[in-house]
Amino acid sequence: MSVAHLNQTLAAWSPAQLGLVGDVLEVVRAPHPVLATLGATVDPLDPTMVALAADLVATMRVSPGCVGLAAPQVGISAQMFALDVTGHPKTRTCHGVFVLCNAVVTEASRQEKAREGCMSVPDFTGDVKRATRLEVTGVLPGTTDQVTITTDAFEARALQHEIDHCNGKLFLDRVAGAHAVHPRKVYK
Amino acid sequence: MSQLAVTVIGPDRPGIIADVTEALAGTGVNLEDSTMTLLRGHFAMMIVCSGSLDEVQTAIEPLRGELVITVRAMGPEHEHAAIGPSYLLSVHGADRPGIVAAVTRMVAAVGGTITDLATRLSGDLYVLTAEVELPLTADLETLERALEITAEELGVGVTLTPAESDDL
Repeated sequence: MSVAHLNQTLAAWSPAQLGLVGDVLEVVRAPHPVLATLGATVDPLDPTMVALAADLVATMRVSPGCVGLAAPQVGISAQMFALDVTGHPKTRTCHGVFVLCNAVVTEASRQEKAREGCMSVPDFTGDVKRATRLEVTGVLPGTTDQVTITTDAFEARALQHEIDHCNGKLFLDRVAGAHAVHPRKVYK
Repeated sequence: MSQLAVTVIGPDRPGIIADVTEALAGTGVNLEDSTMTLLRGHFAMMIVCSGSLDEVQTAIEPLRGELVITVRAMGPEHEHAAIGPSYLLSVHGADRPGIVAAVTRMVAAVGGTITDLATRLSGDLYVLTAEVELPLTADLETLERALEITAEELGVGVTLTPAESDDL
């Protein structure tokens, strides 16, 4: 299986480049209004935003099974998210951990349906169609250069889920049918 | 206030849900879980809500007629604790009596439970889809083999696939 060409800047990026250790923030849950609000475009050089980037990484790290976390999920209506799909069985192309500001999808193709859950909607899962080939542009926090990420499979799905958060959308807005929302199954 | 189960069945027409839920809302009932679909063109809806039995009975009285509506008080809410991982069970093939019974018996025999199920018949094609929870102790290989044998006897195809979700 071929993988997409890695963006080396993104793949080499590390939270250490932010120069500070983030705080673990509380994750908000639907129906909190911030989750349904279009996030503000951010200035990636703003020290507050660099600190937020560190907080998102720190919060993602302490949340079991969490592969991504968007600013609205910690109550901040802003276009920023952290992502790390390293080690997930459905991951193919993998850029490791990174934070993106003002990310937009520039190309999307090969839709596939899968069931996804979200820390902000803890009691439900939903069947959602997402592109499995994806191109996204955005800016790394603390920089001004636009980066383009081309990816696939699980990283593509996770990116779309987080970009949706930045735009005030939840997976509930995208479910594939009237019977596509399910109670979350938790078993011991 | 008790938890109530309301069922509505009848010939379909636009506005049934609006009529029923408006009547319920008028009594201050809070709709909780509900499901509705068309079964061979018949309207079929089930609602679990909390409210006063007498008030709901009175409120839906004018809607009775073509619609068969039942209202009954339920016991306290019964929280479903998952017994194990989820699977999607899909069966399709030529219609014949006993498909659902045979397949669901296999699931029950390994201690599995069905949390959602729908069947559809179109022409001669019969389609069953179900969400199944299987206990971790269930022997998956044996179940798959038993399902295959049953499916072969019935002349249908069967697939059992994990329905685990990914947290994003």
